[in-house]
Amino acid sequence: MSNFTSAISIAQNVASGAQSAASVVEEHLQRINQREEEVHAFNLVTSEEARERAGDLDARIARGENVGPLAGVPIALKDNMCTRGVPTTCSSKILEGWKPPYNATVVDKLFAAGAVFVGKTNLDEFAMGSSTENSAFGPTRNPLDTSRVPGGSSGGSAAAVAAGFAAVSLGSDTGGSIRQPAALCGVVGVKPTYGLVSRYGLVAFASSLDQIGPFSHSVADAALLTEIIAGHDPMDSTSIPKPAPSLVSVLGRGVEGMRIGRVADLPEGADADVLARLDAAFIALEKAGATIVDVKLPSLSYALTAYYLIAPAEASSNLARYDGVRYGNRVAANDMNTMYADTRAAGFGDEVKRRIMLGTYALSAGYYDAYYGKALKVRRLISDDFAAAYVNADVILTPTSPTVAFPFGAKTDDPLTMYLCDIFTIPTNLAGHPAMSVPFGTGQANMPVGVQILAPTLGEEAMFKVAAVLESAA
Amino acid sequence: MSERLSAADVAKVARMARLNISAADVDRYTQQLDGMLDHFADIDNLQLDDVQPMTQPYPLINVLRADLEQPCLDREEVLGVAPAAEQGRFRVPPSGGEDE
Repeated sequence: MSNFTSAISIAQNVASGAQSAASVVEEHLQRINQREEEVHAFNLVTSEEARERAGDLDARIARGENVGPLAGVPIALKDNMCTRGVPTTCSSKILEGWKPPYNATVVDKLFAAGAVFVGKTNLDEFAMGSSTENSAFGPTRNPLDTSRVPGGSSGGSAAAVAAGFAAVSLGSDTGGSIRQPAALCGVVGVKPTYGLVSRYGLVAFASSLDQIGPFSHSVADAALLTEIIAGHDPMDSTSIPKPAPSLVSVLGRGVEGMRIGRVADLPEGADADVLARLDAAFIALEKAGATIVDVKLPSLSYALTAYYLIAPAEASSNLARYDGVRYGNRVAANDMNTMYADTRAAGFGDEVKRRIMLGTYALSAGYYDAYYGKALKVRRLISDDFAAAYVNADVILTPTSPTVAFPFGAKTDDPLTMYLCDIFTIPTNLAGHPAMSVPFGTGQANMPVGVQILAPTLGEEAMFKVAAVLESAA
Repeated sequence: MSERLSAADVAKVARMARLNISAADVDRYTQQLDGMLDHFADIDNLQLDDVQPMTQPYPLINVLRADLEQPCLDREEVLGVAPAAEQGRFRVPPSGGEDE
C-alpha cells in the first residue's frame, strides 16, 4: 500500500473542513515541483487553475455547501481527453497548441464531483504504444525506477499517481493502456465495460475498443472514480443506457463462494516472477473462500492478430480527420492534397504512421476480407470463448503484463516485440468486458507485479469484490 | 520473412492515407509491415466461414435523438482554433493549386 493519502480520505477531510482544498493542492504541486523534471508525467501542469479551483471549493465549503464526493481531490487527466480552453495534444505534434472548444463528459462529471485538475498527462502519441516512449514530447519515466518505462499508453497518468502528483487520474484503455501501466507502476488501474463510461470528448483511437477508466492507489478509490464517471450519456451513441453501478458498497463483501477462473491454456510469454505472483493470488482467493476453476479460452492466442488488424483499421479512419483543416498544425502548400500529405507527414510520429498504413492496407480493396474481415470473425470467436468460460467462472485471473517494467529502449527496435506487451490485456477490449489490474507484490528487480481480474459485461461488482480481497492479501 | 507486400504496395498505401513519406521510409515500413503480416498469418488457416463478424461489443441499434434544435459548439470558437479561417468558414488551398 502507498504512503499517499487516498482520494476518499482527502474528500472526507476537505468536506469536513479538517483540511483545506488549497493545502491539499499545494501538497501535490510541491511533489510535482520536486520530481516532475525527472519523471515527466505531464504535458501540462495547470497550477494556477488548480489553486483557483481549490480556493473556490474552500469558499463553497465554508458557506456550508456540499461540493461533491471528490471534494478537493487532485486529479490528472490523460492528454487525450478534451478540456475546454486547455491544450489537448494527444502527445502529437499535429495537435500541439490545440485548445478544444468543449469538455469531455468525464471532465464535466469530475468537476461536478468537486475534483481539482492538476494537469494533462503524457501518453504514447494518440495512445499507440505500451511504454510512453512514443510521445512527441519525450518519454515518461517510471517513478519507482527512472531507468525503466512506466508502461503505456497512459504512462503519464500511471506515473502521476505512483509519484503522488495526483491522488487519482484518468487514462484510456484500447488494448491495455490503463491496466499495463498500472501494473508497471504499482497502482490500481480499471478498464470498465465498453459503453459504461462516455467516450464523448475522448480523442478517438479505435472507437469499438476505447474506454476511459481510473488509476488510483486503492481499490476503493478506483471504485469511487468508476461510479462517478460511469452512466449513460446521450452524447455517446455507444453509451449503455443503464444507470451507473454501485461499486464502493460491494468492497467489503468478500469472495466466499465465488468461482475464480484459471486459464488452462494461457498463452505463453509471461515471466516466471509474474506467474509466481499470479499463483499466489489464486492461493489468497482460495483462502478467502473462493473456488478456483479451470477455464479454456482456445482463441486467446489469436487475439493479438485480431487486435493489431482491427485497432489500426479503426485508427486509420479516425485519424483521417487530422488534415490541417480544422485543428492543430498545418504545413502550408499550394494545393490541398499536398497540404494534407505534408501536414500529416510532419505531424504524426513513426508509430502512428505505421499503424495508419497497416490499417489502410487491412481495409483496402483486395485485402479487406483477408485481414480486417477475418479479424472481426476472430473477435467473435474470442467473445464466444469468454461467454463459455463465464458459465463456470464469475471472474478470471491472469497476469496483467508478461513482465515487470522494462528498461528504456528494450523493445523499441521491433514493433512486434512491443505489441506482445499487450498479450493478456487485449482480449478484454475485443470482447468489450471490464478488467482491472491490482498490485500484488513484486518480481524481478523489486518492481511491482499486477494481477488482472477479468469479468463479463457489466460484471464490475464481482471484479471489485475480488480486487478488494487481493488488495488486503497483497 | 515472406514477401507479403512490396515497397510499391506501401507507397500506394501511404498515398491513400495521405502521408508524404520518403523512399527510405517506404523501405523501412515495408520491412516492418511485412514482418507483422507474417505474424498475423496465424489466423490464415482458421475455419471462419460460419462465424459472424463482430464489429462492436455491446450491440445498440438505431441510437437516435429527438429531432429538435439543441445548443451546439460556438462557430467563432471552433473557427478560432483552426489553422486558417475566413468569412465564417475553414480556409484551405484550392484542390488544383494556386498561382504564386
